[in-house]
This record gives sequence, structure tokens and C-alpha cells, in this order.
Amino acid sequence: MAEVALERVAKRFGDVQAVAELSLTVGAGELLVLLGASGAGKTTTLRLVAGLERLDAGTVRIAGRDVSRAAPAERDVAFVFQQYSLYPHYSVYDNLAFPLRSPLRRMAEDAIRRRVGEIAETLRIAHKLDSRATQLSGGEMQRVAIGRALVREPACFLMDEPLSSLDAKLREDLRIELKRIQRELGATILYVTHDQIEAMTLGDRIGVLEAGRLIQVGTPRELYERPASVVVARRLGSPPINLLPAALVGQIVPAAATLGVRPEDIRIGTVGLPARVAAVEALGAETVVALDIAGTLLHALISGEADLVPGAGVHLELPRERLIAFDGAGRRVVGAESLPA
Amino acid sequence: MSPDTARSVVEPGATAKLLAAVLVAAYALVALIPIVWIVLTSFKTPSAAIAYPPSVLFSPSLEGYVNVFTQRTRQTPEYMASLPPPETWYDALVRSRNMVIAGPSRFAERYWNSIIIGFGSTFLAVFLGTLAAYAFSRFRVPLKDDLLFFILSTRMMPPIAVAIPIFLMYRTLGLSDTHLGMILLYTAVNLSLSVWLLKGFMDEIPREYEEAALVDGYSRFQAFLKVVLPQAVTGIAATAIFCLIFAWNEYAFALLLTSGNAQTAPPFIPTIIGEGGLDWPAVAAGTTMFLVPILVFTVLLRRHLLRGITFGAVRK
Repeated sequence: MAEVALERVAKRFGDVQAVAELSLTVGAGELLVLLGASGAGKTTTLRLVAGLERLDAGTVRIAGRDVSRAAPAERDVAFVFQQYSLYPHYSVYDNLAFPLRSPLRRMAEDAIRRRVGEIAETLRIAHKLDSRATQLSGGEMQRVAIGRALVREPACFLMDEPLSSLDAKLREDLRIELKRIQRELGATILYVTHDQIEAMTLGDRIGVLEAGRLIQVGTPRELYERPASVVVARRLGSPPINLLPAALVGQIVPAAATLGVRPEDIRIGTVGLPARVAAVEALGAETVVALDIAGTLLHALISGEADLVPGAGVHLELPRERLIAFDGAGRRVVGAESLPA
Repeated sequence: MSPDTARSVVEPGATAKLLAAVLVAAYALVALIPIVWIVLTSFKTPSAAIAYPPSVLFSPSLEGYVNVFTQRTRQTPEYMASLPPPETWYDALVRSRNMVIAGPSRFAERYWNSIIIGFGSTFLAVFLGTLAAYAFSRFRVPLKDDLLFFILSTRMMPPIAVAIPIFLMYRTLGLSDTHLGMILLYTAVNLSLSVWLLKGFMDEIPREYEEAALVDGYSRFQAFLKVVLPQAVTGIAATAIFCLIFAWNEYAFALLLTSGNAQTAPPFIPTIIGEGGLDWPAVAAGTTMFLVPILVFTVLLRRHLLRGITFGAVRK
């Protein structure tokens, strides 16, 4: 497995700047997740690495080699598409063997059989090898698609929302399996998703894309606790972070215009900001409480059940060290959490 | 969902299906009557063919088939009596009409011309159409829309409108009455249909298939062969049938541009009528045999044809 490095990469489609000035390094054996809304440039970035799109500017290096002008076949990457990646006219076996039969790296048929067998075993699709690709369930198809990438042991894997067309249960199963396989193989993976849970659970690091620009890269913890901007703060966490005008809470740092507070950090009690309960959603293990502070709606996440009814007056404590301050432009004001109370 | 637990509101019910089947059968019957009549006539004797009221039950004769393949001359009874006994069944059949076989007719040749020109032009139109359609579907071709419109525009007037220019061009180029000339002509006429039809099919094949192959170490051309072509088979088959039907049935250009060497069956069959009275069984026999290749080709590809003509209407 090898390192993948992008340097000041750019791509434009007509009037749309799909990717701009993007620099990013995925370390060998690292799973880096690109997170962003649709149209943020995630898929384009992936396609630029694969060579399916031509770079307008910048360099792509795979294992130290400049592949910016190389054809997709010469880059030694494997791509898992969101859908449509299995060939309907082939059996599962032939689909898995397809990359190994490529003229670039043709293997002997019995070596192929061994390799396909191993992968099918790992992905638990060995009993389906003779089926036609079209006879599989969604989860099996996606396993085969991932298997098609795994058979080859490429320099890196590029995965474009490989789990998004599956239902929630399957998605979770495959997510765990994918993480396990990645650890076992020490695979370098650049993984694209718009699903923050996938990003948080899978990623060694996460890169957040917004309008073609990479706005922050870091471990899931870093991004969650120290988001560089309101955009990053909003992208991670469910229910999403609460954003209130700084004036509502009282001045904490001089530059702060907006304060962010995670739902799980809000404490409901008898002292602090007066608020009114707007709604209560019990989820079993936790409860989401919607709170109204002078017309601004907040969500609080409380473990267990809450003894609250809509309309009740409560008081909120917002722990100072957990508040995230943003300036007028939406950038985080560094050092706010270390200020004395 | 099993059929007995829930009934779809979209799926037609048993009555509707029966009604549809009856309507289709009735239509098929009406549509088939002329064809059945031609086939029946081909097995009649000339007198039975013009009998009034027409006979549906009759003793079959192969006279029509013998006549369409042979040229015969009428002889005096004295000459007929002087001949040695007939060697073959068709000799005997012809002699019973006071005639002898003078030699083979040109039908077999014309038929063979039809096969060469029909299948040759179909192959070329589909081959070129597939490549062009793939290029139009996948690549950034400069002036793509204009080119596609230009290709379509060749179909906007009846081909026969340019018959005289083509006739003069062909005469100058020495393509008149040649197989190559006819193949090129039918290919040119069919190409617009072929490109447009196949482009629709190519557009429906997701690009991800080829892209996956490209990443997996295949060249663009290998990806086209291994991934695109197998999935375009339905479209190619449907297009081939349409092209073949046109080239096979084409009459006007064949009449105008061919006479001896490369004449196809359509302009030849009517000439049978003129030889020795109205020989309807021979015409019917020629027509019956003319129908066979299209029938076989269509039956062989029917699975694709059905999917082909409904393609695009229903997404998978």
C-alpha cells in the first residue's frame, strides 16, 4: 500500500469550479474520508486521483510517482463506484476475476481462481460465485464491487459512497466489515461520503470539502471538538450543533459572534439561562429535547428519559469550556475554551 | 410479495390479459391473411390460382417453385412425343404442360444478390453505426449536436428524391449495377437510423462500467469490446433487423440502378409475371422464398427485438 498525495489540484467544468487548490496527503495504510454535501467536489477529487478526469492544474502522486498525466490503467488504483459497477453479463466469479484478466497484469487462470476464492471468502460471497451479477441482493452486489477492488492489491483504493445505496442495517454491517478488512490489509483508502456517521466511524482522518475547497483535515475527534468553521461544526454531529448569537449567552471572547454548543453538552437544571421546552423526543437510550430561548431553537441530548413536558420552563447551563466560539465570518476563534470563566 | 397475498393495481388482471390476447390474435390473423394467401398460391397450379371462387383446399403442386427457377419453352406434341422419358420429377411436371426446361432462370442469382447486398449493407451500417454512436455518446465531439442533426437530416426526404443525382454519380464512378454500389447506397441510407438508434442504446449504458474497466487496467478499446459491446447487443440486434428489412425490401433504387449483374430480388420478381402469361404461382413462390430470410433473422433475434423496441420506455 502506498501514499497518495494531491498538490494544488484543480478542476473546472464549464463555469463550475468543481475542485480548487486542493492539497491533501493520504498516508500509506490510512483511511481518509472526504466528507461534504453533494456538489462539494468529493467525487471529482476521487475521479482526478483515478485519472477518470483530467487535471486542470496541480499534481497527483501515487507512491511518490507523478501520475498526473497517466492513464487510469497505469495508476494502479482500484475504484469502487456508488452503483453500476458490476457487469450484468458476467457471473460473480467473472466480475471478480475481471481486473486480474486485464492485459496490463494478466495472471494465470489458476492463480486467479485462488485469489478470487480468497476474496470471496473474506467478503462471505463464496457461495454466490456462479450466480449472475444481476441475481444478487443489494448488499451482495456491493460486496462483490468491493471485492473487485480488493482482488488486485492496488496502491490505493478509491471508494465513492460505496454503501450509500444500501439500507441502514446492511450499511452498518458492511461498514464494520470494511474497517476490519482495511486494518487487516493495511490498505490506503480515499473514501467519499456525505454521511457523517460513516465518516466518523471509518475515517482515520476526515477531510471536509465545501464548494470544491478542502476546509479542514483532521481526526474525527479534532474535527468534532475543534472545527475550523461553522461549516465543519455543522457537518459533524447528530442532532447538529446548536448555534446561538453570542449576545444571548453573554460575552465570552471579544471576537465571538456566534457560539456553538453540542446538544450533549447542554445541561438542563434550575440555574442558568431561562428556556421553554418546545418538544421532547424519546429515543430510548437518550432523549432529544427541543428548547426555545427567546425565539432561538436549541436541541439538547440527554441520556435516559427526561421528565419534561412541552411548554415547561427550565434553565440551561452551557458549560463554558465546551462552547465553541466563531467570529462574524464563521471561523472558529482559537483559544475561547481556555479562557477563564 | 407473492401474487396471492396482494394484487398490484398496475399489473393487468386476468380478464384484461385475456382481452389483450384475443385482440392480438385477431390482429395477427388479419395481418397474416395476405401472407398465408401468398404461401397457399405458391403451391397451386396456375389454373387453380385464378379459379373463381378461390379455392382454399386444393391438391398442392410445386409447379410455381419449378417455374420460378426455370425457363421453359412450349413445344409441339410431335416433339414432346419424340423425347426420351423424363429423368426428374420437375422434368415430368413441366412436360405435362407441353413444355421443356430450356435452362435455369435468374431467380437464384437475384436471390443471392439480395442476400449479399442486404446482409452486407446491414453489417456495414451496424458496424459503422456502433462506432459512431459510441463516439457520440461518450466523447466530447466538436459540433456534436450539429453533426447528429446533419446525420439525421439525410433521412428528412425520401431517398428516391436524390435518385437522379445518385444515378449520374454511380454511372460516372462505375458503381452502377455493382454489388459494392448497392451495399454502399443502402449503408448510407441506413446509417442515420443506425447511429441515432444505437446512440440511444449507448447512452443508456452507464459510463461507470467502462470507467471501472479503465481503472482495472483495460484500454478504452478493450473496455468497449468487453463491457460496452455485450451490453449493447440488444440495441445492435434491433438496429440490424431494421436495417436489413429496409435493404431487403428496397425496390426503387434497385430498379433504377441495377439491371443485369447486381439486380436484387424485389425488381426481379415482378418480371416473372411477364414471361409466358400471368404465372401467379411462380410469383407467389418467389415471394414466399423472399420472405424466408427476414423471417428467420427476425425469429433468431426476436428476444432482442422485443426488448429493443421497448427500450428507453421502461427503465430497469
